[in-house]
Amino acid sequence: MARKKEEGKVMAEKLELQDIEVWDGNMAFAQAMRQAQIDVVAAYPITPSTPTVHGYAKFLADGYIDGEFVLVESEHAAMSGCVGAAAAGGRVATATSSQGFALMIEVLYQASGMRLPIVLGLVNRALASPLNVNGDHSDMYLGRDAGWIMVDAFNAQEAYDLMLMGFKIGEDLSVRLPVMVNQDGFITSHTAQNVKPLSDDVAYNFIGEYKEVNPMLDFCKPVTYGAQTEEDWHFEFKARQQKALMDSSKVISSVFEEFKNLTNREYKAVESYLMDDAKVAIVALGSTVESAIQAAKDLRKNKGIKAGVVATRVIRPFPFEEVAEALQNVEAIATLDRSAPGGTLGMLFNEVSAALYQSKNRPVINNYIYGLGGRDMTQADIKEIYADIVKNAEAGKLVTPLQQFSGLRGPKLSFFNQEQIDE
Amino acid sequence: MAFNYDKYLRTDKLPTLWCWGCGDGVILKSIIRAIDKMGWDMNDVCVVAGIGCSGRTSSYIDCNTVHTTHGRAIAYATGIKLANPDKHVIVVTGDGDGLAIGGNHTIHGCRRNIDLNHIVINNFIYGLTNSQTSPTTPKGMWTVTAQYGNVDPTFDAAKLADAAGASFVARESVLDPKKMEKVFVEGFKHKGYSFFDIFSNCHINLGRKNKMGEAKQTLDWIDSRIISKKKFDALSDEEKVDKFPLGVLKKDEEALEYCEAYSKVIEAAQNKTKVQL
Repeated sequence: MARKKEEGKVMAEKLELQDIEVWDGNMAFAQAMRQAQIDVVAAYPITPSTPTVHGYAKFLADGYIDGEFVLVESEHAAMSGCVGAAAAGGRVATATSSQGFALMIEVLYQASGMRLPIVLGLVNRALASPLNVNGDHSDMYLGRDAGWIMVDAFNAQEAYDLMLMGFKIGEDLSVRLPVMVNQDGFITSHTAQNVKPLSDDVAYNFIGEYKEVNPMLDFCKPVTYGAQTEEDWHFEFKARQQKALMDSSKVISSVFEEFKNLTNREYKAVESYLMDDAKVAIVALGSTVESAIQAAKDLRKNKGIKAGVVATRVIRPFPFEEVAEALQNVEAIATLDRSAPGGTLGMLFNEVSAALYQSKNRPVINNYIYGLGGRDMTQADIKEIYADIVKNAEAGKLVTPLQQFSGLRGPKLSFFNQEQIDE
Repeated sequence: MAFNYDKYLRTDKLPTLWCWGCGDGVILKSIIRAIDKMGWDMNDVCVVAGIGCSGRTSSYIDCNTVHTTHGRAIAYATGIKLANPDKHVIVVTGDGDGLAIGGNHTIHGCRRNIDLNHIVINNFIYGLTNSQTSPTTPKGMWTVTAQYGNVDPTFDAAKLADAAGASFVARESVLDPKKMEKVFVEGFKHKGYSFFDIFSNCHINLGRKNKMGEAKQTLDWIDSRIISKKKFDALSDEEKVDKFPLGVLKKDEEALEYCEAYSKVIEAAQNKTKVQL
C-alpha cells in the first residue's frame, strides 16, 4: 500500500509552487496532503472543511497524487474507511468539521486505540443545536479525550506546516498515534493569505516514506486489530496508550526542531508572544491568538500596559510544565475558551489553572467564554479583557468575575463569581 | 383567486436561502397546497427536516418544525409520531441526507410502515456543499469528487422504499407541481409510510457543471428521464434504462401501520396477554 519508489511505481506529477502562494487554510491543508502523497482519503462533505477535500480530489484527478479517494456515505464511514486503510498499511488522512466530527467520535477512539497514525484536518465549527456553520472550538473540545495528538494552527501558513508535521509526528515508530490538526472555520479556512510552501520533493522527503507497522495486507503475518479485552488487559492497554501519547511530546519537539532547521519557521508546544516582561497575559487558541497579539501590541504602545499572549500550540499531550513556565512571571491571566462550557469552567481555564497550581507562582486567573457560533472577537473585546485583568493584577486578587461571557449581546453574564466579589 | 401561501409561511424568514429557480420552492409550495387540501390545522402538523438545502424547508413553513441532524430526520420523526399518533408528520430530506448518511433510517422507517410522509427532494447531488457525488448522481456526471465522471451505481429511491416495505410509494418532479400536490394529498391520506421521490433541479451545482449552462436545460434533462407509469410499463427492458416512472407506484392499504401495531402492544400489556396481530 505505502508508496515505494523502489518498486518502480509511477510517481505522481509534481506541482511547481511559487515562493509565496496565496492560499486559504483549506488549500493549505489540501496542498500539504498532496505533498504527503497519501494512499487513501475517505471523506464526506461538510462546511467549512469541504474545500480541503475538494482541493485534494482535484489534485488526485489531475494526476498530482498517486492514491485512492473515496467519497463515503457519512463521516462515521469516512473515519471507518480511514481506520481500515491505515490498518492495511497505508498513509491515510481526511478532513471534517463540527457535526461530521461528532459523528466520527466513535471511530476516533478506534483509531487511537489501534495506534493508527491517521491525520485529520479539523476545520473548527460550532456544534448544533442551534444549527450553525460558523467557527468556534466546540468540535475541537469534543475530541480532546479521544487519545489523539492535537495541534492548533492560528493561520493558513501554520495549517500547512502543521499538516506536514502531523504525518511525521504520528508516523514516528515510537509514536504511532493519530494526529488532529485544527484551524478556525472561515476566519482561517476561507481567508486567502500568504503561505510559503516547501517544494514537493523537500516536503515529501521531510515527512519521509510511510513505514508500515503490522499491516493487515501482509498475509504471511496475520494480525488482529481491535481485539476484545475486558478487565484482564484493557487497563494495561489504556495505560500504554497514555504513555505513548505522553512520550510523543519529545517527538513533537524534535519534529518542530527539524522543521525549523529546514524552513526557519519555529514552533513550540506553548507559544509565547510579548511575554518577556509581560504583567498580564491572555491564553487563547486559534485565530484569536493573532488578534490578541495585535491588541497587546496596541496596548503596550498606547497605554503602556505590559500585555502578552500565550497559546497552547499542542493541545494533546497537554504541555503542562511549559504552560506553567510561560506564565510564571505574570500577575494576572485571562483564559479564553471558544466553546460553550457545559456547566463548568472552560477547558483552558481548568488546564492552565491545574498547571499553575503545581508551580511556584500562582497568578490570578479568570475565564472568558467568547466567539460562540462565529461571533467576532473584536480588538475592543480583547482590550476590555486586558483592562479587566489589569485590575486583577493591581489588586493582587480576583476582583472581576471568575467566568464571563465576552461579546454577548444583552446584560453581562458571569458565573462562579458571587462569593469572591462580595468579599 | 390566487392561493394565499402567506398564512402557511414564516414570511419574516423570506426570501429563502435557495438559489433562484431552485425546485425546492416549488416543492414547498406543493406541500403547502396539499396541507391546505387536507384541511389540517397547522398546530397538528410537524415538519421534520434533515440537513442540506432540503433541510431549510423546516425554516420557512409555519407549523411545528424540527431541523435535525444530517440523515437522522426519520429517527426523530419516528419518535414524534409514536408519541403523537394523531398528529401529521411530514419529513423532508434530500437524496444525500435521506439515502446516504440517513439511508439506514429511511429503510427502517419503511420497514416499520410507520405513518410518516417522507418527501425526498432528489436533486442528484450534494448541492449545499457544492457538488459531491450522492447516491442518485447518474453515472458519468461530473462532481467535485468524481472529476472524470461518476462511476458509482445509483439508488432508485422509489424501488428502495418499495423493497424496504413502505406501503405507499410515489414519484413526481418539479415540472408538474399540480400533479405533485395531488400525489402528496393521496399519500398524506394514506395510513402507513408514504414515500415520495421528488425529482428536483439543482441547475447551480449539478446542471451548470454538467454542460447544462441554462437553468432550463436541467429541467429538460429531468423531463427526458421521467415518464408516466403506464408508458413506462410498456417499455422494453433496454428502453427502461435511465427512465423513471411517475405517479403512485405502490399503494398497499392492507399493511399494518406501526402506531396501530404498537397500540396493540399497549393493549396486550394492559390485559396481561400476548399481542394479537
